[in-house]
Amino acid sequence: MIETFQARIREAAARRSPLRLRGGGSKDFYGNAPRGETLDTRAHAGIVSYEPTELVVTARCGTLLVDLEESLRDRNQFLPFEPPHFGPGATLGGCIAAGLSGPRRTSAGALRDFLLGAKLVDGRGRLLSFGGEVMKNVAGYDVSRLVAGSLGTLGLIAEASLKVLPRPPAETSLRFEIAEGRALVELNRWAGQPLPLSASAWHDGALMLRLSGAEPAVRAAVAKLGGEPLAGAEAFWRSIREQEHAFFAGGDPLWRIALPSSAAPLSLAGRQLIEWGGALRWWKSGAGAQAVRDAARAAGGHATLFRAADKSAGAFMPLDPVLARLHRELKAAFDPAGILNPGRLYAEF
Amino acid sequence: MGSRLSVVNALRGFLPARAVLYEEEDTRPYECDGLTAYRQLPMVVALPETEEQVQKILQACRALGVPVVPRGAGTGLSGGALPPGDGVLLSMAKFMRIVRLDPLARVAVVQPGVRNAAISEAAAPHGLYYAPDPSSQIACTIGGNVAENSGGVHCLKYGLTVHNVLGVRGFTIDGERVALGGEAPDAPGYDLLALAIGSEGMLMVVTEVTVKLLPRPQAARVVMASFDDVERAGNAVADVIAAGIIPAGLEMMDQPATRAADEYAGCGYDLAAKAILLCESDGTSEEVEDEIARMKAVLERAGATRMTVSASDAERLRFWSGRKAAFPAVGRISPDYYCMDGTIPRKRLGEVLNFIAALEKKYGLRCPNVFHAGDGNLHPLILFDANDAAELERTERFAAEVLEKCVAVGGTITGEHGVGVEKIDSMCVQFGDGELELFHALKRAFDPHGLLNPGKAVPTLARCAEHRRRHVHSAELQTAAPHSGLPRF
Repeated sequence: MIETFQARIREAAARRSPLRLRGGGSKDFYGNAPRGETLDTRAHAGIVSYEPTELVVTARCGTLLVDLEESLRDRNQFLPFEPPHFGPGATLGGCIAAGLSGPRRTSAGALRDFLLGAKLVDGRGRLLSFGGEVMKNVAGYDVSRLVAGSLGTLGLIAEASLKVLPRPPAETSLRFEIAEGRALVELNRWAGQPLPLSASAWHDGALMLRLSGAEPAVRAAVAKLGGEPLAGAEAFWRSIREQEHAFFAGGDPLWRIALPSSAAPLSLAGRQLIEWGGALRWWKSGAGAQAVRDAARAAGGHATLFRAADKSAGAFMPLDPVLARLHRELKAAFDPAGILNPGRLYAEF
Repeated sequence: MGSRLSVVNALRGFLPARAVLYEEEDTRPYECDGLTAYRQLPMVVALPETEEQVQKILQACRALGVPVVPRGAGTGLSGGALPPGDGVLLSMAKFMRIVRLDPLARVAVVQPGVRNAAISEAAAPHGLYYAPDPSSQIACTIGGNVAENSGGVHCLKYGLTVHNVLGVRGFTIDGERVALGGEAPDAPGYDLLALAIGSEGMLMVVTEVTVKLLPRPQAARVVMASFDDVERAGNAVADVIAAGIIPAGLEMMDQPATRAADEYAGCGYDLAAKAILLCESDGTSEEVEDEIARMKAVLERAGATRMTVSASDAERLRFWSGRKAAFPAVGRISPDYYCMDGTIPRKRLGEVLNFIAALEKKYGLRCPNVFHAGDGNLHPLILFDANDAAELERTERFAAEVLEKCVAVGGTITGEHGVGVEKIDSMCVQFGDGELELFHALKRAFDPHGLLNPGKAVPTLARCAEHRRRHVHSAELQTAAPHSGLPRF
C-alpha cells in the first residue's frame, strides 16, 4: 500500500499537480480550504505493534481513532492527550496531521509530546523513518514532532508510534459558580499546587473541573476544593472535546485563541468558553479577524479561525518574515514540487 | 575563511578586550567538553554579555565565513561543544540572569547560561520546580539542555527538556532574530521549537529560554529493591508498568556499578545484590503511601530478595546520591571510562545486557551498567586507560558494537547525550541516506553556509558510504579510528 502512495506522490510531483492527503475527512473544516486530487489514506490501516508494558503503540495512518482507542482501553491504557475526533471516521494519520489535543492537554501534554516516531512519504515519494518506539531518542533532528500539526504539507504520515499511559484509576468532576476573572485566577493558583487536575472548562458563570489520578489523591482534592459534583461528567467532557456542547452551535465564526494561562479576560463581541486552565479561549464571535488577532497578540498569544464559512483572512495567524522564510524553506526541503496539501496551512505554500 | 587576526579585529570592534580570547593560555580551558577524549584549541573564544553582541558576533562570523560553536557549561558527553580550530567558540557563560519568574503562570524566563538546578532553586520559595534533572544539574546550563534535549532520572513521568520548555528565542547565523513557541500553547505553523530542541547548536544560537514550572510534589519516597539476577530485575520493571504504575523515577544499577557508587557516595546500597532497582513515588502523601504499597507488592512478586523504603527525605536523597554520582564513582576505579547512551525497548534488556557481558570478554574490558530502566535508556560505562592507544581503540569498537545492537533491537544510538562528534559514525547505522539528506536540507534552511557547529550531529553521505564500506569489509581490520586526525590527550 505504501508503494501505491509513493507512486502517486512521485507521479504528482512529476506533473506538479497538487494532492490532497485525506483520511476520514473529519477535519476537512480545519485550516485553509483543501485543494488538489484526493489521495485517500484509509486503506493503509491497522495496529502494527502494541506492547502495553513498553507504553508504546505503532499504527498505520488509516487506522480509525476509535479502533485504536478501543485496543488501548482493553489493556486499561489510553492516549493521554485525549484527541478530538470530530467525526466517527477520524484516522490516526489525520489526528497527527492536525496536531490537536483535547481537554487533558494542560496536565498531560500535547499530541506532539507523545509522538515518538513517524514513517513519512515525502514530496519526492521517498519513505523515510524518524524517531522510533523508545521514549528517549535524540539521534537526528526531531522530525516526527515537526510533522505533528503540519496538516500534511510536509509528507504523508504512513505510520506513527505514540507513547501511551495507564488510565487513571479514579476520576471525578466538580462544578463551581464563579465569574470569569476569579475563575482564571483560581485555575492558575490550583495548577501551582500538587492537585490531580486533568481538565477545566468555564462557560457562562460556571467552572467545571475534572480530577484524575490515584483514588486517595482524587478524594483529598475533592475535600480541599469543595464545589458540587458534576452530573453526567463523561458526556460533558466529551461534548467539550468533540464540540457538541451547545456553546459551539450557531453561525458565528469559531475562534481558537491560545494565551498564557494567566492572561486577563479578553473583551470581544460574542460568547466564550475557556479550557486548559485559561490557556485556550474559544470565542463565537463576529468581530473581524483583525480585531480578534490584535486582541490575541496584545494578550501574548495567537488566534486561529477554527470554524468559519469564510476563511479569507487565513486560518492561522500570519508569521513574521523570518519565520515565514524558514517555513518556506522547510516546506521545499520536504516537498520541492510543492504538491502536498498546498495552501492548507498558509496560502503561500 | 578568516584569519585569527581578522576575526579578533572584527570582534573587538564591538566587544571589550576581555571578551575576546585568543592566547593559548586563555583558550586552553575551552579545548574540550565533558567528552575529554576529543580536544581542539579554538582559534578564538568570544564571551558576549548581551543579545546584541551575540547578533553581531554571528554577523561578523557569517561575513568572514568563520565557523561558530556555541557552548554552555561544557558538561556535554558527546563532544557537541568541541571547538572549531578555525573558528569561534561562542561561550554563553555570561548569560546568567533569571529574567522573570511568574509563580501564578508557573513559568520562568531565563538566560541560557543559567544552571539547571538554579531554576528550581529560584522557584522553590513558590513551591515550584523545573522537572528535568540531568545528573550534571548542579553545573549544566539550560542552554545546553535545550541543545541536547537533556533528560534525567525523572523523565518517564515528567518528560525531557522538549516537554518542559515552552519557548526559546535567539538568532540564526545571519543574525536574524527568531522566537519559537511561547507561553501560549500551540504556536502557529510548524513546531520549530521541537526542531530546535535537541538540534545540538546546529540551527540557531539560543539567547533566552522560557520553561514550565511544576508544583513540587508534597511527598516522595523511594523503594530500593535487590535482585539476585539482572534479567529478573529488568522483568520487574515491565511488571511495575504493567500494573498501571508510572513511577516518578525507575533506575537500575548492576553490581559493579553499585559497588563503585557505594564506595564513593556511601549511599547504603545492597552490595550483595546482582542488581538493584530504585523505584520512586511522588504526589500527595496519601497517593505515595498507596503507590509504594502497590510497587512493593509487584516487586516482591517479581522476585525482589530485599526491599528498603526510604524513611525520610534525607534517606531518599542518599539513595539517589549513589545513582547521580555513578559516573564520577566509576571514574575513581578506572583511569578513564567511556559512557554510552543507547536506548532500547525495555523487553530486550536481558538480551542486550548479555550481549554487553559477552563483549566484556571479547575486548577484555570491564563495563558496569547504570540504566534509566523506566524509559529504556542504558548507560554502560566501559572502563579503560586512554594512555594505552590500543585500549582506547578497543573501547571505541566495543561502544560501536553496543550502539549497533541498540539499533538492531529497535532502539537508538543516543537517548539523551546527543550525537556530537562521538556517535557521528553510528548515525550511519541508524539512518539511511534519505533521512540524512533531509537532515542536511533542514540544516541548510537555517544555516545555508554550514557555519554553525559544522561537522557535528549529522554525518555527510560520503562519510557514511565510507563507514559502511569499511564495516562490510572487516570491522576487525578497521585501523583508522574515527576522528584520527584530532589530537587526543
